[in-house]
Amino acid sequence: MNVATLLIIIRRAILMGTPLLFGAIGEIITEKSGNLNLGIPGIMYIGAISGAVGGFVYKSSVVYVDPFLAVFIPMMCTILGSLIVSLIYCFLTITLRANQNVTGLAITTFGIGCGNLFGGSIIKIIKSNVPFFAVGDIAKEYNKPFPFVEYLPEKTPELIKILLSYGFMVYLALALAIITTLIIKKTRIGLNLRAVGENPATADAAGINVSMYKYVATCVGGVIAGLGGLYYILGNSNGIWANGAFGDKGWLAIAIVIFATWKPVYAILGSYFFGALCILYNYLDNIPITFIPLLKMLPYVATILVLIIVSLRKKRENQPPASLGLSYFREER
Amino acid sequence: MNALEIKNVTKRFGRIVANNNINLTVNSGEILAILGENGSGKTTLMNMISGIYHPDAGEIFVNEKPVVINSPKDAFALGIGMIHQHFKLVDVFTATENIVLGIEDKKRLNMKAASKAVLEISGKYGFEIAPQKKIYQMSVSEKQTVEIIKVLYRGADILILDEPTAVLTPQETQKLFAVLRNMKEDGKSIIIITHKLNEVMSISDKVAVLRKGEYIGTVNTAETNESELTEMMVGKKISLNIDRTDPHDQKERLVISGLDLYNKNGIKVLDDISFAACSGEILGIAGIAGSGQRELLESIAGLRHISGGEIIYNDPKTEETVSLKDMSPMKIRELGVRLSFVPEDRLGMGLVGNMDIIDNMMLRSYRKGKSIFLNRKPPRELADTVIRDLEVVTPSPQTPVRKLSGGNVQKVLVGREISAAPTVLMAAYPVRGLDINSSYTIYNLLNKQKENGAAVIFVGEDLDVLIELCDRILVVNSGKITGILDARNTTKEEIGLLMTKTGGADNEEE
Repeated sequence: MNVATLLIIIRRAILMGTPLLFGAIGEIITEKSGNLNLGIPGIMYIGAISGAVGGFVYKSSVVYVDPFLAVFIPMMCTILGSLIVSLIYCFLTITLRANQNVTGLAITTFGIGCGNLFGGSIIKIIKSNVPFFAVGDIAKEYNKPFPFVEYLPEKTPELIKILLSYGFMVYLALALAIITTLIIKKTRIGLNLRAVGENPATADAAGINVSMYKYVATCVGGVIAGLGGLYYILGNSNGIWANGAFGDKGWLAIAIVIFATWKPVYAILGSYFFGALCILYNYLDNIPITFIPLLKMLPYVATILVLIIVSLRKKRENQPPASLGLSYFREER
Repeated sequence: MNALEIKNVTKRFGRIVANNNINLTVNSGEILAILGENGSGKTTLMNMISGIYHPDAGEIFVNEKPVVINSPKDAFALGIGMIHQHFKLVDVFTATENIVLGIEDKKRLNMKAASKAVLEISGKYGFEIAPQKKIYQMSVSEKQTVEIIKVLYRGADILILDEPTAVLTPQETQKLFAVLRNMKEDGKSIIIITHKLNEVMSISDKVAVLRKGEYIGTVNTAETNESELTEMMVGKKISLNIDRTDPHDQKERLVISGLDLYNKNGIKVLDDISFAACSGEILGIAGIAGSGQRELLESIAGLRHISGGEIIYNDPKTEETVSLKDMSPMKIRELGVRLSFVPEDRLGMGLVGNMDIIDNMMLRSYRKGKSIFLNRKPPRELADTVIRDLEVVTPSPQTPVRKLSGGNVQKVLVGREISAAPTVLMAAYPVRGLDINSSYTIYNLLNKQKENGAAVIFVGEDLDVLIELCDRILVVNSGKITGILDARNTTKEEIGLLMTKTGGADNEEE
């Protein structure tokens, strides 16, 4: 493997890792409130299809694609789509106190089915010969680097050039990771949020609105995860939607949460690492073709290893929020 | 000035009157102790002051103004702070984080400043606290300190402490009392709930006594003594007319010597317990809740690993003596040592709420079957017998146990344990929450077991019942035996004193 391949791997790893990072940040915020949202893969899927459909409808209805609207419309569609699904999850688990695991899995199944239904329908509507539809014009706007990147001096190292070559969403994910960490660690909102996830009865007694915190955290988390789905289609896949392409990568986001011990900043490393594992098989030379399926397994093997290693760490600060997965009911004392 | 006054407050839960016409006053710079047995309504009363319950009748005055307290937030706003027995703290937070949690403030969260304020408060009253220490690293007494500072940080002037010394060692109790005295000097009003008489005498200025939800009176600590308070607390003897037969054919069935047990926090919960339970008699165990009764029974049943001492069982069938110390609970059960424990939540131990009566009967017998299929006939017959004999009110034997009323659940539990004709029957709080008639059904069942030659160990709350039902009464206090009394020649006062005094000598009387 030479330096050029390594740089390509880094570039592709970040492209692949960014949707995972969005998903992981969203899930961390959600889990900090004590909600174990296993619907995240479904919400990411919904986010992806909402954005793709939004982009497709916009692109098909105009002659000239306005750069701002091309970014704005799909993003709003994604936010709306993932918000609605998150609200369903919240209503079921917080208001009706349904089992979080069952609800989450149902949301995931629903999200994937819903995404494939709309994706498949559009593929049929445009009478495509291939099993995908593309919104390339829209994706172009999402992958446009910042303007100043053009004026970088010639001698800038390749690595820096690569790190600055992405569209704005890569940097948005990084910023979100840092901002979320600061909010959780340093602010009163973060303190209250953590208290809700650790011990809702204590938070309640201290006058914190437990349901409100759970609702807001789960919805904000869901929307951020939805943006991950959007970026997968418009950033990583250059605007090409194919049913099932995003697959089960949403689960990796949940594994990264555990890998990062519920700290968004660590999720950055985790996401890029898992991103690299996902694409590695494309870039290894002299690998017999029969080995490729094994290499494709890497992220999932890594997930299992991460779970084992993390369960061995006993430090209290690295444990999940104490009331994760439990519904809170005030009268149950 | 009266910091807090309660006038004619009444609280009912359904048909049960938890508090009836209670009157209390506490001045600023004064410590009021509230004394009463379990179930006398102390905690209910305090919950009304701190806004958790709402009184059905009566008035509450704070600083001589009438107030309505609808929530803990209202109570905080009035300067009332409650320190619960069960701490409300987040384990992975530091002391300071717990103290500032939930305080609404326009300013930015500044942990350094908050820690400083915490240290100031602790310096003022003489607490010892490390603001950056995580709760899970703290001892019970440190956690309590955090709870008290949390209340003071919010500016409380009236502090209510619900059995604050129950979890403390004597040294920690002395430290706490020193702090409380400092707060009193500072003009705070303090209400302390307790049933330890020596503590009442040493810390309080006034004592208010409650008994079975009734307000008995308030006395100045300086003008009273322990025996007067005991009498106020337990009341005059009431006759219950339980048919008690003389013990017959007594043989030592269970001999316990020097039993020591530590709980998972490393605190000694049973200390050098020695006694013998005989066949054909009912041995009562009296004590304040949490004095080690549960742990003692669980040790005998093999559910806990004792750290010292010996439990010897004399098997009536084989005339052999066996040590129960390292036996599995299953083996102990097979020897005929039966435990029927009625915990606070009733379904916690022994029954499965979602299963019906027949299936719950089968929990004890399913291992006996020889084929791979269950034989449902004997448990069905047993269920029918229990329902008929104990008058269990249930639509059918197929009704899930959790749908039955509390009393009926208890009858099912006790009935099943008795059905196996045990040689040792341990019943803890078997009449808790039952009405009079059901209680008598249970008493008669226990008496019948006694006549059949079983050694019955009965843990009860009501001293009247213990005196009338049992042959001997063993009194435990903080994990130690403070006396074994002959139930026919004892008084409630005598038992009450043994239950509440601290540092009592072992086995004074036999």
